[in-house]
Amino acid sequence: MDMKRDYYEDIELFSSGTILFWTVVLLVALFAAPLILSNYHAYLFNLIMVHVIVAVGLNILVGSTGQIALGHAGFFAIGAYATVLLMTELSIPFFAALIIAAFIAAFFGFILGLPALRLEGPYLAIATLAFGLAIMHIIGHVELFGGRQGLMAPALNIGIPQLGLDWEICSEKGKYYLILSITILMTLFAVNILKTKAGRAFVAIRDSDIAAEVIGINLTIYKTLAFAVSAFYAGVAGGLFAFVLGFFDPFTFHLILSIIFLVMVVVGGLGSVMGSITGAVLITYLMYDLFKNVDEIPVVGDLMVAVSEQWLTVTGMDNFSMIGLGLVMIGIIIFEPLGIFGAWIRVKKYWKTWPF
Amino acid sequence: MAYFSIENLSISFGGLKAVNNISFNVEKNEIFSIIGPNGSGKTTIFNLISGIYHPDAGAIHMEGENLVGKSPDRVARKGIARTFQNIELFANATVMDNLMLGRHIHMKTGIFGGAFMFGKRSPAAREEVKHRERVERIIDFLELQSVRDQFVGSLAYGKRKLVEVGRALALEPKVMLMDEPSAGMNTEEKDDLTIWIGDIREDYGVTILLIEHDMNMIMGISDHVFAMNQGEKITLGTPAEVQKHPEVVKAYLGEEVIS
Ligand SMILES: Nc1ncnc2c1ncn2[C@@H]1O[C@H](COP(=O)(O)OP(=O)(O)OP(=O)(O)O)[C@@H](O)[C@H]1O
Ligand SMILES: [Mg+2]
Repeated sequence: MDMKRDYYEDIELFSSGTILFWTVVLLVALFAAPLILSNYHAYLFNLIMVHVIVAVGLNILVGSTGQIALGHAGFFAIGAYATVLLMTELSIPFFAALIIAAFIAAFFGFILGLPALRLEGPYLAIATLAFGLAIMHIIGHVELFGGRQGLMAPALNIGIPQLGLDWEICSEKGKYYLILSITILMTLFAVNILKTKAGRAFVAIRDSDIAAEVIGINLTIYKTLAFAVSAFYAGVAGGLFAFVLGFFDPFTFHLILSIIFLVMVVVGGLGSVMGSITGAVLITYLMYDLFKNVDEIPVVGDLMVAVSEQWLTVTGMDNFSMIGLGLVMIGIIIFEPLGIFGAWIRVKKYWKTWPF
Repeated sequence: MAYFSIENLSISFGGLKAVNNISFNVEKNEIFSIIGPNGSGKTTIFNLISGIYHPDAGAIHMEGENLVGKSPDRVARKGIARTFQNIELFANATVMDNLMLGRHIHMKTGIFGGAFMFGKRSPAAREEVKHRERVERIIDFLELQSVRDQFVGSLAYGKRKLVEVGRALALEPKVMLMDEPSAGMNTEEKDDLTIWIGDIREDYGVTILLIEHDMNMIMGISDHVFAMNQGEKITLGTPAEVQKHPEVVKAYLGEEVIS
């Protein structure tokens, strides 16, 4: 074989012209979107993108490395609180605060990763769940963190005020551009990580930890690294989330949120970046838009409201998010264990071979 | 001192002495085979060498250094690679990625370097390309080109065994432990494998410890054969010597004939 191959093709970000084309189309659409988005929808998109960041990171841990994690709302909270407090208490500029906060979250991820070395499956699930709850309760009891009253995010100044460089973002659409840029960057990082040494080591640990060890992968390093990386992602997302909400309290980071994150990853497709994005978009839309505004759904909306009033609690629509989430989860596990992304791969294969 | 040696190695599981006071020397660049009936402790010796099990007593030396007490990943970094009796591949990764994982200890890109793999000239991309070229040579050598980008889980048994050999080879090991590499292969595949094992020794300069049940293969390529039964040594010698040993005939070959 003297055919010269370019091995860079194997690891290129865009492996084909088609992918590049659609990526560009998507990016143009995303950057143009605010022109037609209402403020509410800009807010919803911001929330979706924040969740995309969490899901992409969580999938590195759960999907690629095969470690269950039910406490990511904890890292999300650490990101939010640390970013805001670093800005308000220590006057650290936004970007620096966000990065430091993400590293703080990563450090906690590393710490949580240590017991994970000895725990598997349900035990790991319980340990991470306990971590998430502990963070929520600790925050609720500390005055500095605003206690149960919560915290208010400061003005979103992305410049460096100390140097007189002020760039304050006030509108939802302004935040949209900021969050979109960071989401794209974090997604690209994840794609690259999964294509290189560390990403392969994660997958190796998931598929056969014994074989991973005998080819020289240090399980301690790479398992804790996977926790730290996914916590870093949750930390970045949390820091942005603080400004999407503007105000938050410990209850914002309830256990249910950790579960919702996990559902995003499972529904989208374990171990795939595209899957994480799909899952985060779908679940956030369902939970925070469609099911929240049930009465606005044509035809069945009124009926569902009536059902809710008749049979479910008077607190109303929240029921539907939970029921809907449960149904989506059950449906995925029964019909498409590989998640939406798995289904998409199958459809693609089908069309490739069609009509033969 | 021998290039590679195990000395008075013992391990028990409960009351069972799986490996009982075993010693042998392996010279550099030889093919050293271990034979014995099922359950005689062959795989356990490999697990002790790899650091998966820790011996109750005894030592394992390579190039004068004791390997006992080292974790499997440290043993790998010392230059010992292995294949498994019951294939341990990364089933949801491609053949290429499985072999690239064999390069793990030779690669430097960290999590940040990896994250910033933007463009052909980034350090991460350059390292990837360099190691992919190396792995590609192994893929050519073992004739895995046609399955290069397939997921390992979807491959036939014989191919999977080969991928394991390729992955071990990608480590550039000094010593390679092969646990029944030909099990489940057809005659043609076995013949190819026999030649490749010879090449791995000759061209790659690897010292090979081989566990096999296929007597033809053993007798054809081994420099020394170590026969054992129920955790104990029966005999050690050249293939011709071992083949004639009465206890080998009784304990091992006899059983082969019956089954
Ligand atoms: N982790 C373990 N726990 C308990 N017993 C074990 C363990 N590993 C091996 N054994 C026992 O040690 C003995 C030797 O096993 P080993 O796998 O080394 O045999 P082997 O020579 O490789 O056999 P085969 O030819 O079937 O592969 C067997 O009786 C086995 O059941
Ligand atoms: Mg065995």
